[in-house]
Amino acid sequence: MLLIPCPWCGPRNQVEFTYGGDATVRRPAPDAPEAAWVDYVYMRDNPCGPLDELWFHGAGCRGWLHVLRDTRTHDILASAPVGEPLSR
Amino acid sequence: MKRYSIFSLIGNALSGHDRWPLAWRSPEPKKQYDVVVIGGGGHGLATAYYLAKEHGIRNVAVLEKGWLGGGNTGRNTTIVRSNYHFEPNAHFYEFSLKLWESLSQALNFNVMYSPRGVLNLVHAPAEMDAALRRGNAMRLNGIDAKFLSRDEIAASIPNLDCSTGARFPILGGLLQPRGGTVRHDAVAWGYARAADALGVDIVQQCEVTGLRVENGTVTGVRTTRGDIVAGKVGIAVAGHSSKVAGMAGIRLPIESHVLQAMVSEPIKPVLDTVVTSGAVHFYVSQSDKGELVMGGDLDFYNSYAQRGNLPAIEAVVRACVSLFPSFGRLRLMRTWGGIMDMTMDGSPIIGKLPVKNLYMTGGWCYGGFKATPASGYVHAWTIAHDEPHPLNAKFTLERFAEGRTIDEKGAGPYPWAH
Repeated sequence: MLLIPCPWCGPRNQVEFTYGGDATVRRPAPDAPEAAWVDYVYMRDNPCGPLDELWFHGAGCRGWLHVLRDTRTHDILASAPVGEPLSR
Repeated sequence: MKRYSIFSLIGNALSGHDRWPLAWRSPEPKKQYDVVVIGGGGHGLATAYYLAKEHGIRNVAVLEKGWLGGGNTGRNTTIVRSNYHFEPNAHFYEFSLKLWESLSQALNFNVMYSPRGVLNLVHAPAEMDAALRRGNAMRLNGIDAKFLSRDEIAASIPNLDCSTGARFPILGGLLQPRGGTVRHDAVAWGYARAADALGVDIVQQCEVTGLRVENGTVTGVRTTRGDIVAGKVGIAVAGHSSKVAGMAGIRLPIESHVLQAMVSEPIKPVLDTVVTSGAVHFYVSQSDKGELVMGGDLDFYNSYAQRGNLPAIEAVVRACVSLFPSFGRLRLMRTWGGIMDMTMDGSPIIGKLPVKNLYMTGGWCYGGFKATPASGYVHAWTIAHDEPHPLNAKFTLERFAEGRTIDEKGAGPYPWAH
């Protein structure tokens, strides 16, 4: 069971959350070349190790979280509200 | 290769079974191969076998970091089928199913192909329309499909709750009679034995740690057992495709996710069909040992851990007891997880990569096991000819940039949604 540290609600059961995927993906400028858009829509680093990711606390405070989690062990290394520095 | 037959069985039985030869050699890796295949699961071993058998390329090594079939080949739920809607998938998986039908004879190894039928249950009118449409598409593509009414299903699967008061009432189901199960370990062992007999070197406990690329061409691999020069390199490491392709600087439209499966304690025969329900994300069959083999959805977060968490197991068990109330009396014996290459359109990537002489077969999402023979066949073809076979011509890496995705589920570029 993942115990996800919500910055507002404290540690909560994973079933309260929805996965939002890779948090490092950035939408390119509207006039960016097509390759940048292909990269944005389809390509992923898919790291084997710490991954910055988004989670949505849908059955709790309904806030979006930024979580740093190790994909090899599922250990959660840090979390923060989206856009704020990670706290450990 | 010493052929297995009734006579070799009798002869060895009379001599106490101590004269069976080893099924394959364990050679030291050579310094140079024409082709190096990374990954000693079903796909990698099948690739090596078809390279030797169909294309006469026998100076081949299969490099495996652990043991043969220890990844997803030994972690799946053994189901084979070809009940797809889209043409590239339908033709590819049907070719695979045809190879399954004669694989025991081709390999002289009993892979225990059991055409017990794969039944997709339908619980809602819209799902009925989709199932009928897919069944008709299958038949137009020459694939067997039969729609069963609720009464026909109730008669053939007595344990299934087909009553109108069921939690998920059953309206009917789409059956592929030739679908079924195959003994998964035997697939790795059968391909390994047959490939070894044709001269392929199978090297276990040999992890690839780097790809040597010079002027845009792959020229070899770095391994935990030394550097190996290779004319061509094929990657068959689904679950870790991003990691290995990344060694050549290639990014893939893939995320790795954990998918769990589980078995109950073994019981006497109760279920002679593979039963699946897309609506409740559940599939079950009974193994020859008597265990009920069950699976469902991903855990829905990126993972390389080969183990998952309890919510996904609970969802599978909940679906199981709602469809088969009598199975609620059983205990789960074992659960495990495997790492899926989840692609951005739910279909595999088989073909050339942007580095010359580098190829891959991967991106299998939930469904790599049933593809094993066809994947090896077309991967070997692609390596031998340096161009795709017609059956994998649509499964290119470039299809994402070209807008030619093969999105069977229509879920869009969300890999965990496929």
